Amino acid sequence: MKLVIGIVRPEKANDVLEALYRAEVRGVSLSRVEGHGGELERVETYRGTTVKMGLSDKVRFEVAVSDSFAEATVNALCEGGRTGEVGDGKIFVVPLEQAVRIRTGESAEAAVTPVASR
Amino acid sequence: MSAVDTGDTAWMLASTALVLLMTIGLGIFYAGLVRAKSTLNTFMMCISAMAIAGVTWALIGYSLAFDGDGALLGGLGHVALNDVGFAPRGEGTIPHLLFMAFQGTFCIITVALVSGAVVERMRFGAWMVFAALWSIGVYAVLAHWGFGGGWLFQEGAVDFAGGVPVEMGSGFAALAAALVVGARKDYGRQALLPHNAVYVLLGAGILWFGWFGFNGGSGLGANQAGVLAFVNTMLTPACALLTWFVLDLIRGRRVTAVGAATAIIVGCVLITPAGGFISPGWAMVLGFLGALPCYAVIVWRPRTRVDETLDVLAAHGIAGFTGILFLGLVAQAGWNGEGIDGLLYGDAGQFGSQALAAAAAPAYAFIATFVLLKVIGAVMPLRATEHDEAVGMDVVYHGEEAYASGEGAILVTPESDGELLVADPN
Repeated sequence: MKLVIGIVRPEKANDVLEALYRAEVRGVSLSRVEGHGGELERVETYRGTTVKMGLSDKVRFEVAVSDSFAEATVNALCEGGRTGEVGDGKIFVVPLEQAVRIRTGESAEAAVTPVASR
Repeated sequence: MSAVDTGDTAWMLASTALVLLMTIGLGIFYAGLVRAKSTLNTFMMCISAMAIAGVTWALIGYSLAFDGDGALLGGLGHVALNDVGFAPRGEGTIPHLLFMAFQGTFCIITVALVSGAVVERMRFGAWMVFAALWSIGVYAVLAHWGFGGGWLFQEGAVDFAGGVPVEMGSGFAALAAALVVGARKDYGRQALLPHNAVYVLLGAGILWFGWFGFNGGSGLGANQAGVLAFVNTMLTPACALLTWFVLDLIRGRRVTAVGAATAIIVGCVLITPAGGFISPGWAMVLGFLGALPCYAVIVWRPRTRVDETLDVLAAHGIAGFTGILFLGLVAQAGWNGEGIDGLLYGDAGQFGSQALAAAAAPAYAFIATFVLLKVIGAVMPLRATEHDEAVGMDVVYHGEEAYASGEGAILVTPESDGELLVADPN
């Protein structure tokens, strides 16, 4: 099993969800995060105070999948999240030791397989 | 020339301030309805109407609307407030200067209303150019027709507080603006939801409060017509709210908050043209019945490809249209004291005049706005780029965020020049 973490632009989150859905990846968590990935800083001015905003809003997807789904998930994140400009984000794939479905107590592969697809 | 009445003047001073506050209320209302990344820009479109229409009105708009009784357009006698002083205008009982200011606040809010059609994608600069030209070329013209002595006025059409220039003017202009500027890039692809429904309710409340000056002041004094309009401004929105609750219940089995805020606006607009002409009983009927077509258009519009984003057409255009016709049916001379009877009280001609207003105002507002935006669009781009639209209007046009946290912000000082300051350990 793999945990695929994708950090993308908030305005691309819907496109990523759509791409994941098309790749038949169903179990997804997402959270709003702030980060910096080398993109140009925005300058903002509030009355006399001028600041460079070093952090941009991003959305972090976390998708736990069986090994055979890892590549499709990465592809979906890439495809949905890409604009071609600096700041599109990153994808990290890490090995996943254990997964448990709380409702049933199922573990491992069974826990990351969506109910509807069985 | 009549004399200035102090009581009338006092109420009109208060009314003018009430109507100006409506533009802020509208800004809050609109800001709540858009996505978080366009909050400030949406509010700023309303604020910019105060800057732009406030100036164009004093310079030329007022003169075109209220100088003389030319059929299509007023004269230039009051350009730059020439001859606008402390003596009343015509048969009025308040200083001419105050009348000008009161009418100016109407021009400001009407310009701000139109912005609802183009939020989240129109360039701020292009918007300001449009606002300036629209306040003169559309608002002042319709104001002249409706209550400045123009041809609709001469045909006997009556409009208590701005069904012609304000409500139908903004509503049908909004439709044209949405068509010319085009839909937001995500429209119809993603759910574009109101980001703060509390702002929406708060803004609607401020609008309703301000509307007591808008309608209650349109009697131009502390008089019978003003009192009638004031009371009707309480009753009609209440009835519209109840109708909306019922319609929401039928449609989705729940009463919605954003729907309630919309109903308040719709109710206030419905009574705007009719306020000082119809009885409180009929005003309540207007609230109950008039909400129906507006609700229908609000449900139908998002199913089309027309991204008339904040439904100015439904809430203002259709409601203003309904109100101005309804008054032609049920106006009672016994209530308005101006000898205006509707169809049900024996004057079919009055209904004909009202129908003329209900046809002419939308047609002019739509066509003039369409042409104006096409012309501006030929000179400068009307829309933000796709990239800017994705980032959001606030950062792109104002360099500010509505909900800035300051986390990760690096202070730019003359010494740092934006480089991260690292304390010297020595």
